[in-house]
Amino acid sequence: MHLAYPAVLSALLFCTGLYGVLARRNAILVLMSVELMLNAVNLNLVAFDVWLSRTVRETLHSGQALTLFTIAIAAAEIGIGLAIVLAVHRNRGTSDIDKLRDTAERPESEGPDTEGPGSSAAEKAEATA
Amino acid sequence: MTTTTLAVLVPLLPFLGAVAGLLSGRTAPGFVRPLAVLPPLGSLVLAALVAVRQGGGQAVDAHTELTPTGSVPIELALHIDGFAALVAVLVAFVAACVQIYSTGYLRDDPRYPSYAALVSLFTSAMLLVVYSGDLIVLLVGWEVMGICSYFLVGHYWETPEARAASLKAFLVTKLGDVPFLIGLFALATDAGSFRITRVLGAVAGGNLHHPTVVALLLLAGVAGKSAQFPLHTWLPDAMAGPTPVSALIHAATMVAAGVYFIARLLPVFEASSAAMLVLAVMAAVTMAGSGLAALAQDDIKRVLAYSTIGQLGYMTGALAVGDRGAAVFHLLSHGAFKALLFLAAGVIIHAAGTNSLAAMSRMHGLRDRIPDAYWTMTVALLALAAIPPFSGFFSKESVLGTAEHATGGHTAHVPGAAGWIVLVAGMVTALLTAAYATRLWLLAFRGKGAEAPDHGRQPLTMTVVLWVLAVPSLAFGGLAYRSLPGWFDGRDLAPTLLTSILGTGLALVGGLLTYGAWQRTTALAARTPIGAVAAHPEGDAGLVEAEAIATHEPAYGDIAYAPDPADPGRLLLGPLHRAAASGFHLDAVYTALFVRPVQAGARLVRFLDREVVETYVGAAAALPRLLGAAVRRAQTGNVQTYVSALLAGTVVLAVAVLLVATGA
Amino acid sequence: MSLTAATATVAAADSHGFLSPTGVEIAFLLVGLVTLGAALVTVTTRQLVHAALWLVVALGGLAVEYLLLTAEFIAWVQVLIYVGSVVVLLLFGLMLTRAPIGRSPDADSGNRWAALTVAVAAAVALVWVVVDAFRTTWIDLDGPAAGTTRVTGASLFRYWVLPFEALSVLLLAALVGAIVLSRKATPDAAGPGRTTAADLPAAGPGEKEGAR
Repeated sequence: MHLAYPAVLSALLFCTGLYGVLARRNAILVLMSVELMLNAVNLNLVAFDVWLSRTVRETLHSGQALTLFTIAIAAAEIGIGLAIVLAVHRNRGTSDIDKLRDTAERPESEGPDTEGPGSSAAEKAEATA
Repeated sequence: MTTTTLAVLVPLLPFLGAVAGLLSGRTAPGFVRPLAVLPPLGSLVLAALVAVRQGGGQAVDAHTELTPTGSVPIELALHIDGFAALVAVLVAFVAACVQIYSTGYLRDDPRYPSYAALVSLFTSAMLLVVYSGDLIVLLVGWEVMGICSYFLVGHYWETPEARAASLKAFLVTKLGDVPFLIGLFALATDAGSFRITRVLGAVAGGNLHHPTVVALLLLAGVAGKSAQFPLHTWLPDAMAGPTPVSALIHAATMVAAGVYFIARLLPVFEASSAAMLVLAVMAAVTMAGSGLAALAQDDIKRVLAYSTIGQLGYMTGALAVGDRGAAVFHLLSHGAFKALLFLAAGVIIHAAGTNSLAAMSRMHGLRDRIPDAYWTMTVALLALAAIPPFSGFFSKESVLGTAEHATGGHTAHVPGAAGWIVLVAGMVTALLTAAYATRLWLLAFRGKGAEAPDHGRQPLTMTVVLWVLAVPSLAFGGLAYRSLPGWFDGRDLAPTLLTSILGTGLALVGGLLTYGAWQRTTALAARTPIGAVAAHPEGDAGLVEAEAIATHEPAYGDIAYAPDPADPGRLLLGPLHRAAASGFHLDAVYTALFVRPVQAGARLVRFLDREVVETYVGAAAALPRLLGAAVRRAQTGNVQTYVSALLAGTVVLAVAVLLVATGA
Repeated sequence: MSLTAATATVAAADSHGFLSPTGVEIAFLLVGLVTLGAALVTVTTRQLVHAALWLVVALGGLAVEYLLLTAEFIAWVQVLIYVGSVVVLLLFGLMLTRAPIGRSPDADSGNRWAALTVAVAAAVALVWVVVDAFRTTWIDLDGPAAGTTRVTGASLFRYWVLPFEALSVLLLAALVGAIVLSRKATPDAAGPGRTTAADLPAAGPGEKEGAR
């Protein structure tokens, strides 16, 4: 099989995931897109491992081993990620990424009492984005 | 001790006195008065010794070079000829008198220690100028005098007049000093040395390449220092200083320095007939103008100030006709009687509580309150008016005689026109001098009206000094005119018959005219009450004077003028009176010509700075501010935006690396 | 590096025809299209639950691709973990955050155009590079399968034992972290906020590994 097929598919899947990470508003959808990117990497790993195991006789099957690790880590990651999203949702009442802007630059004139989610500062920052 | 050592000590003593006075003034007030009085007295003794040893013979020359200073060497040099020896005696004599007088005049002044130290420094600087044989060392003394005059004229710095006057004195003299400095450099470049003897040698050898330029440049500095037209305006305003300082400046130091400088370098000026002509015109304008102005002044000290300008005009006139002997002769006699005039005026101001002649003319019996000042002032005024046999007569006649001699064109290096100019102006000024001297005397001592206030006897230190100074005012001229030529260039200084009769006659005419006018106007005095006296007549003379100066403008509407119909000067001058009182509006002319353009230039610079330069600075600040604001807008807090930018950058970099790697 | 590898294998790949796709290749291509389409729908749909379901399709398609590449163990692990647990977890997450069922008008943020630009640019660059590098490289799928359970297991427990054990520790840490994070903070607790903050760094490395 031509190696370009899995490689190109993997690249396209990766970029699809990239788009999702950058464009989606809901944090859980962002996590899904991250899964897509991880899977694109996995596909690459598997494809190159198969290719190398035929071309070079002595191999550690490192691609497949790494794929397994990636899958395990992805599972852990999705667990932690969801826990964080849930915690944020419980505290802030939203899981929209672009409403979590505590690191935004604020005008100097505003006092500390305007900090916090849903405040006028956050709304204004969103309006200027 | 050798003559050289003595001569070095003469300027050094007052300098050390000044330093010690400045250092110990606060900690040891008991030493201030001895430290002020003793060094000038010591200098006087030493200067007299030097003069006796020098004796008008061969000039004493000594020089040492401390360190090499480039192309033209600067040396510590002494050059003591008859002029230097005698002028130094005069300077030390007047300075000692002034210091003694000041102990009484400023006896309660809290700033007396610094005042006395500055007077000592002033004296020291003048003595340095007198003895120095090197032009740069002379310049040092010259400039030290400038700064000392600034401090001393501004002694009453609480009053705005004193502050303005001190600044004006400093700036105007510095205005002359800039061309003076350039002239010195040009002269030294031509002569190859700053030593006076070498410069004179170069002139005699005809090695001076630009005599006219050098002489005119030097003349500017002299005009500033010696208060000659058109740089004389600082001198009347300098009356805002204490009277002893005025006496010192007018009689022996500062203004004398300019005349003395020309006398030393007269061959340089003689090398250019244009410079001599300019000098003559300057002297003539100064003489006649100051005489007219003096006739209109109300402040007794301003009358004396304008008379100083006039007498300095005589000296420069004598130099313009090429006779430095006559000039220094008049400098010496004038130093004595002008110091006396000022010190006596200080006593009068203290006793009367005012400096206004208009107010004095409405006081009865002022002369009985201060008989010492009355008699000595009379002597000094007669000397000023050049009435024989007072000393002013001989010195002035020597000037007029030389001018008369020069009219024939027989004097070497002197154009005949210069002689005529000086002679005619001198005659006119003789008339005017007698007129304002008479006016001063009549208004001050022949007042009618209320009894003059009685503040008790004047301090002994002040009155004794007056009598000491009265002696040379009375007798110096008559005694000295025969022996002085031996000290000077050897030219005869005896009065000639023609000019004596003419000059004395004109002086008598001026005095009688003023007396006649006074007879007519004095009746008006009773009808128009005018005058203001000091608020603290029991204070020391310095305080009274300061108050008198400060109240003159509010009381009379002008610093120099009083609306007094009883003034004989008003009758004599007619329509000229108002202009003469304000010094022929020369200050207004200067304001229009120099002050306003400079202020306009300053405003332009300020505008350029505020509006143009500041715009660049503001833009330099605004650009990063704008950039910062733009960058701050990118700081939205939206993580996705950040990651987008990051990845976009990564893609761009990766593509760039690929293109480079593949050699595209 | 891949460029040099590609040049090294150019000579070995001469026997294959570029325009004569085998049956495996056609199958790979078709499944790949389905996978890509599902992935695209996942990142663009406005219905959040649908997105999760389309993700199942995409992940399943990938499992088929693994099978086609003879990596059967990975394929079954994929089905088990991703389709079986991860997607279910995601769905739970959607439910717990009260995600709306049906169309939500604001599923995409305002960053969409920037995201599209970056993604397309990255895709163009990657595809160009990959095609340029591997246009003459073939995978020889004949012979014994490269990814059977036997082979994978032997490799894993012979050469990768230590990382495998470390991974178990990581998973344990993630488990603890997830529990701590998602536990409901009670007001009378000594300081749940502080506990959360203390455990976040522990979860951090796992997250980073996953993202890579």
